[in-house]
Amino acid sequence: MLKKLNADSFVKWALYSTLLISAFTTLAVVFVIGRESFNFFSQVGILEFISGTRWEPLLDPKSFGVLPLVCGTALVVFGSALIALPMGIAVAIFLNEFAGKKLRRIIKPILEILAGIPTVVFGYFALTFITPVLKSVFPSIQVFNALSGAIVVGIMILPMIASLTDDALRDLPNTLREGAYALGATHFETITQILIPASLARIGAVTILAISRAIGETMAVTLAAGATPNITLNFSESIQTLTAYIVQVSLGDVQQGGIEYLTCYAVGGLLFVMTFTLNVMGHKLISRARMVQL
Amino acid sequence: MNHRHLKNSIFKYTCILVVILSIAILGILIGQIIQQGHSWVTMDFLKNFPSRLPSRAGIKAGLWGTLWLLGLTALLAIPIGIFSAVALEEYMRESKIKKWLQINVSNLAGLPSIVYGLLGLSIFVRGLGMGRSLWAGSLTMALLVLPVIIIASQESIRAVPKTIREAAYALGARKWQVVFMQVLPASVPGIMTGIILALSRVAGESAPLIVIGALTFVNFVPQGPSDSFSALPIQIFNWSSRPQEEFHGLAAGAIIVLLGILFSLNLVAVFIRERYQRYRT
Repeated sequence: MLKKLNADSFVKWALYSTLLISAFTTLAVVFVIGRESFNFFSQVGILEFISGTRWEPLLDPKSFGVLPLVCGTALVVFGSALIALPMGIAVAIFLNEFAGKKLRRIIKPILEILAGIPTVVFGYFALTFITPVLKSVFPSIQVFNALSGAIVVGIMILPMIASLTDDALRDLPNTLREGAYALGATHFETITQILIPASLARIGAVTILAISRAIGETMAVTLAAGATPNITLNFSESIQTLTAYIVQVSLGDVQQGGIEYLTCYAVGGLLFVMTFTLNVMGHKLISRARMVQL
Repeated sequence: MNHRHLKNSIFKYTCILVVILSIAILGILIGQIIQQGHSWVTMDFLKNFPSRLPSRAGIKAGLWGTLWLLGLTALLAIPIGIFSAVALEEYMRESKIKKWLQINVSNLAGLPSIVYGLLGLSIFVRGLGMGRSLWAGSLTMALLVLPVIIIASQESIRAVPKTIREAAYALGARKWQVVFMQVLPASVPGIMTGIILALSRVAGESAPLIVIGALTFVNFVPQGPSDSFSALPIQIFNWSSRPQEEFHGLAAGAIIVLLGILFSLNLVAVFIRERYQRYRT
């Protein structure tokens, strides 16, 4: 009897110990980024970092204003959201309100395939297909440009938006639809006046999570959008995102502990803070919206 | 047809058009890759190392690097992922700590992959002195995909009916026997799906590997986990970023091989799901 009891509590504590790994991962990220960012900010003023408008950390005279990278990321995120949000919501609406069970079972796996394609493949696609197409429409566009990056990131976050919005619409009680149809509303009126407003909080959360994904996207934007830190609102110019900068430095031969090396962690810290905040907000919104529905 | 119904039809067909467009994008992407890359995929392409001359270049180093990474990461992440899920679902009582751990897992799942690269560079490559080795790469990848495996396993464990557990307890089984002999075997299909999803991430991910310093030009096959390495996506990135047309062809060829690996992984998952699925979520 005693032996069996011991086996049970041994298993329990062995399992608990594996949980420590994911807990420590978060702590380690905070620690590593915190430590290296601290080293960075002991050499560069925080104010210069967050308000400087020139990012030239690799060439003399060095300058460490991160705004050009933030602007690049914002341009890609804004553009991709503009493309992917309406499209993703339309796909979700089609799956829920118009498609039958059979069609749904065909389209969902196709979206999953799209979601499973590696980011570097999308980068290749942007370079060899999207950019040439853009070039034939707008001849003045640069080879590396923010528009191509925004379009390709839009394609990448589309399946995620579609599937999360689909979940949100599916969680709505059917009585809402039945009530609207009984009053003589069309599909369009039911969707735009009843279903979308009823799931607005969830769709907001989806938007937040999608933006967080787009901020963290790396290889596709590195290949498509270029490596020119640039404060611009012009989608036809080459830009550099926060993530693309880290890749650029990593591909070069940078000395450990040098200021170039530390910039990666400062930029990574900014990425971490942005995505972490958005993810916490997004998940909180989703679980709160679910509670209200129940 | 009145005004309201016209609006309704326009809306419906717009939605259909968007769906068709999304599917068409996938079609164009795959068509473009096959069209540009199919002539490059030969036996020599699989057996040669990268080269300055496109006609002699191959993906041997990247392919072996990716296979090593898949194997090592699977070894590290699968047991820890499943055990973590079991701990959360079967052992932990509802509490502040459990809630915090759960939020932590979903946040880790949303962390950009490049941040994992920075973590791996500081801890594994530099801190623990592993250098740019396969160990450093697969440990980083393991941390990256751990949340994916945990979340999928949790969902699958949750879908096992309570009656199975109650029946096992009624027959006098201990808790660990119920969990490991009844619940886990019953949730294998869902867990496998999560594992395949995670391994697909490992095969396709390149940003964290570039950050930890995986090599872009390698002319050897790693002999063991402490060797340095390259990987297929890194090779693809390298070739894509060159201006010459031939290298784009090579990149497309390597993408075909990579997509082939991902496709076969998923085929295994579908097979296992169809064969062993007893309880659906």
